[in-house]
Amino acid sequence: MTALSGSPRDPSGTLGGPEAPAIPCTEECLLRPGNTNCGGCGMGVGLTMLGRALAEAGETCTLAIPACCGIVTAGAFPTTSYGVPTVATTFASAAAFASGIASIRDLNEETGQVICWAGDGGTYDIGIATLSAAAERDENIIYFCYDNEIYGNTGGQRSSATPPGARTTTTPLGKTEEKKDILAIMAAHRIPYAATLSIAHPEDFARKIHTALSISGMRFLLMHSPCPTGWKSEPSESVELVRQAVSSGLFLLYEVWGGRTYRMNLEPAWTDPAEYYRRQRRFGDDEIDLAATRRICRERFERLKVLAEEFPYEETRAEK
Amino acid sequence: MPLKLVTGNHAAGYALSAAAEANRGARGAACGIYPITPQTEIVEYVAKFPFTKTRVVPVESEHSAMAVSMGASLAGARAFTASSSNGIAYMVENIMVAGYYRLPIVMVAVNRTLGPPWNIWADQGDTLMLRDFPWLQFYCEDNQEVLDTTLLAFRLAEDRRILLPALVAMDAFILSHTQTGTSLPDQADVDRYVPELDLPHRMRHESPTTLGGLVWPDVAMSLRLEIDEAMERVDEVLGECRKAFIEQLGRDPGAAVQTFATEDAEQVLVVSGSIATTAREVVRRRREEGERLGLIKIKMFRPFPESAVREACRGAAKVAVLDRNYAAGIGGIFCQELRALFQGDRDGLVIQGYLTGLCGGDVTPAMIEDVIADLGGRVEAGKPVWMGMADGKGGNR
Ligand SMILES: Cc1ncc(C[n+]2csc(CCOP(=O)(O)OP(=O)(O)O)c2C)c(N)n1
Ligand code: SF4
Ligand SMILES: [Mg+2]
Repeated sequence: MTALSGSPRDPSGTLGGPEAPAIPCTEECLLRPGNTNCGGCGMGVGLTMLGRALAEAGETCTLAIPACCGIVTAGAFPTTSYGVPTVATTFASAAAFASGIASIRDLNEETGQVICWAGDGGTYDIGIATLSAAAERDENIIYFCYDNEIYGNTGGQRSSATPPGARTTTTPLGKTEEKKDILAIMAAHRIPYAATLSIAHPEDFARKIHTALSISGMRFLLMHSPCPTGWKSEPSESVELVRQAVSSGLFLLYEVWGGRTYRMNLEPAWTDPAEYYRRQRRFGDDEIDLAATRRICRERFERLKVLAEEFPYEETRAEK
Repeated sequence: MPLKLVTGNHAAGYALSAAAEANRGARGAACGIYPITPQTEIVEYVAKFPFTKTRVVPVESEHSAMAVSMGASLAGARAFTASSSNGIAYMVENIMVAGYYRLPIVMVAVNRTLGPPWNIWADQGDTLMLRDFPWLQFYCEDNQEVLDTTLLAFRLAEDRRILLPALVAMDAFILSHTQTGTSLPDQADVDRYVPELDLPHRMRHESPTTLGGLVWPDVAMSLRLEIDEAMERVDEVLGECRKAFIEQLGRDPGAAVQTFATEDAEQVLVVSGSIATTAREVVRRRREEGERLGLIKIKMFRPFPESAVREACRGAAKVAVLDRNYAAGIGGIFCQELRALFQGDRDGLVIQGYLTGLCGGDVTPAMIEDVIADLGGRVEAGKPVWMGMADGKGGNR
């Protein structure tokens, strides 16, 4: 068969084109300027922080990205926002794809992290079986979930990470169910390292990336990712929103090693969460039971604090 | 070489493992594995093979099995897997992606009925469901052909002119669980026959690319055309791979289309898979009685070997296509391919479809005699004929 009209071939060839000069991993190389993120997108900030930490550590990486805003960010061929080898995986498969890539890296005794960069949909929902299995096998990968609490890419539908009360296109009256506790689920796999990250706390963020880089095996990182488009918030307030989520105790910063030892990174200031809700139009006015929310946040914190006091991380390390 | 008594599954496991081992001097190999009857022995074989540089990843599902193999392939390693029936159905999304990513993954499939109803016996519906994906497809007649075709599939799929995944299929139980004398090549012979892989588009830190991002229609279209062009090159490259096999391993792994007594045949049977052995025997007997009957075995289904099939049917007036598969609402899938092939070319040719051995039903010499009798009495083709039905259902319609 022949083409009826001239087919516009990429002169460099899509297969085995000429080698580009080697690009050292720099701060800008993970996410380059010109990406297609919405203004105020937390995911873009997270990628930049991750890139910076990798550069500081002198590490490079390969990205496996399932269907999500994170792959749309690359832009259209032949340009790409990603300066590291990147592959779009099927929605449910990031952790398995990464397992294959990391297996061959390790068989060949090569360096470079293999990182899954996945949304909450690809993590909490469709990809959870694959992720759980990769965790159980203790695959030598970093799985990074940027949790914007919504299916952003498809226009804002609920996920099992959507918090109660949030309106999405598939929960038009507000979600009635709780949010899954994915960190507890991952910690229950007894993986070497699991931690929560906030872009409002950059030093803590960077330290956790460095910790993850210093460990091998399955590392799970969960970032609260502001999404002005889905949260119906002001792009300029993104960082402030996730800061309030931390200070009010809605999003707790902590680390778990081996599913056994814990560290709380910050005692929330217990600020009023009302402000957090008010600034996002995904939540209806006065629809959130603030007293109940405060109580639930407190309980979660207290429970984790007990674990961190009973099973602190440092002691485990001293034991070794 | 002395023959060993092995099952089709053993032959497949042997070939997959030997091919993976043959890449130990390069980037090694990996596979995701997940069991399903009647393929289980293949993954068990692979799991216990003492590899030098291969990682076998026991995943939680077929979908992930193919994903692991794709990740390994993109990292430049040799990659493979095996599945069957509902496992293939579950894997479909990633099977498709492997093709469009141009990854030369080899998958052995044991053809088993798609459920429901629950039925573990031979039926090609599982792999023929994949017929429109960019995969090469081979249907094997016996255990030796399973082994040889699996080895050949790696060499063919990994050839830079092709770079497409390949599927090697065998009938459930009839081959997968039946021991026959099979010649198992030495590792050194496999090392020589399946060269080390150097995947041109593997992920490299020196030249980072983003695979699978947004591509506008004009370029996306040209990627499809490149697949079509690779498919067009299969005949030639397959010929080379077959020739090298004969030279190096001293045995013919079999052509894409294999004929028996078609030269002056007026009526031709078209078959695939293990049915070919039974049908060839019936045709041979009838030939001895002076009947001008011939047999065509289609081994390569994708790309469809158009010219070889056309050539083999040249003298025939009537063709019976025996399908161990059923496409709902239309009939046997090989039959549709033949009708499409001759449409507008030889409209007078009678191409009659027979559904034989669906869902693992036995295809006996008597059934093939019935097919021949039915074909002989026809002046034109009709709806597919359901053979071997309980209570005499089906039949001519
Ligand atoms: C198998 C499959 N089902 C559905 C889709 C459509 N889809 C693409 S991205 C997406 C939602 C992604 O949500 P999330 O993982 O939270 O990432 P985000 O878009 O929020 O960044 C969906 C439903 C798909 N690509 N593949
Ligand atoms: S929809 Fe949300 S997550 Fe997606 S790019 Fe826009 S702001 Fe970022
Ligand atoms: Mg999301």
